[in-house]
Amino acid sequence: MATEHADIVQHAEQALTPSGYIEHHLSFNAHPISEGAGFWTLHVDTFVMSVALGLLVMGLVWMVARKATAGVPGKGQAFVELVFGFIDDQVKNIFHGNRHSFIAPTALTVFLWVFAMNSMDFLPVDWVAGIVSFFGGEHAKWRAVPTSDINTTFALALSVWILMIFFAIKVKGLGGFIHELFCAPFGAKVWVWPANFLFNMIEYVSKPLSHSLRLFGNMYAGEVIFLLLGLWAATGVTGTIAGAILGAGWSIFHILIVALQAFIFMMLTVVYLAMAHESH
Amino acid sequence: MNINFTLIAQAIAFAVLIWFTVKFVWPPLLKAIEARQKEIADGLAAAADGRSALEVAAKKSEVTLTEAKQKASEIIAQAEKRGTQIIEEAKGNAKVEGDRIIAGAKAEIDQEVNRAKEGLRAQVATLAIAGAEKILRKEIDAKAHSELLAKLAAEL
Repeated sequence: MATEHADIVQHAEQALTPSGYIEHHLSFNAHPISEGAGFWTLHVDTFVMSVALGLLVMGLVWMVARKATAGVPGKGQAFVELVFGFIDDQVKNIFHGNRHSFIAPTALTVFLWVFAMNSMDFLPVDWVAGIVSFFGGEHAKWRAVPTSDINTTFALALSVWILMIFFAIKVKGLGGFIHELFCAPFGAKVWVWPANFLFNMIEYVSKPLSHSLRLFGNMYAGEVIFLLLGLWAATGVTGTIAGAILGAGWSIFHILIVALQAFIFMMLTVVYLAMAHESH
Repeated sequence: MNINFTLIAQAIAFAVLIWFTVKFVWPPLLKAIEARQKEIADGLAAAADGRSALEVAAKKSEVTLTEAKQKASEIIAQAEKRGTQIIEEAKGNAKVEGDRIIAGAKAEIDQEVNRAKEGLRAQVATLAIAGAEKILRKEIDAKAHSELLAKLAAEL
């Protein structure tokens, strides 16, 4: 944290305004992948970071898993089994089908991946900016936290949403799924069909929105607060020290948020998928 | 806050990660953990079996011990009985033997006495004849009167 100020001072020397600083840090490394850009733009930073982290965490777990022994586990295996048991217990309490074939591994993936992506918030923002500007020029942009990109959280939430509908149809059949759209939760009488349908539509729309926006909002806000504290360094030595101390405090508190948001995201994933399996 | 192609790319990355976990990460961990759980459960069951077997064995050994004690006391009692019996028998045998020896000795003594008597009788007869010869000088023919003399000797 304390070493951030060098970069910030450097930014300040380049006569950057506070809003310019924040804007720079909140801009994506966006690359158009076809003519005209618009929707066809890829946030390279978000994509590269998330894929690298996904490969890193799941790769590490995989390295342990493929050598897993039923005998006395090593320290690595013990840790992975701790995480495994934690996730498995949570899923077991919520979902009462064959969780091992899909839902529990999915929960593990979501938890570890989101946790790793959230953890990128601990990287000092200006270190990242410094490294990137060293390689890519001073206007190069790089956002290290993939979960503070709404594309990531929406991608996860929508994937879960699609899985939810897939499982609902798989378990209840297409007829059963449509039947539930109109006949739950208020009953099967014809005159409550519109109310049921409206209710279900609201639910189906609000689920991915709340699922993704909760994670996005927390991580985005966390990042903005780091930026605001980092901005303090522009006021001089006192501001730098105060910013560093508060930044350290916010980092420590952020450990909780990072873990908690990853956990909440995982739990909601499991709950939504479990609900899709239940018939009313 | 713009939604763009990143969303699709992230969704694909998510799908690949889920596939990877479902296929390669979860099963070996689950297998290892379940195998260990089974091993522990088996171990506990074996321990419980061992405990109950131990209890049974302890009970059995107690029963065997009491039986053995009972048998031992029986054997001792029998042995004592047999001992007294042997002593009694020996006593009886010794008495019989003693009686037999005494009887034999008595018979021998009787025989000796008889033999002595016979000897004496023979000598007395010889002496009587010799005396009578001396008295009667040649009047008595030894041949003619030996039968008479023998009769006389037998009567002594």
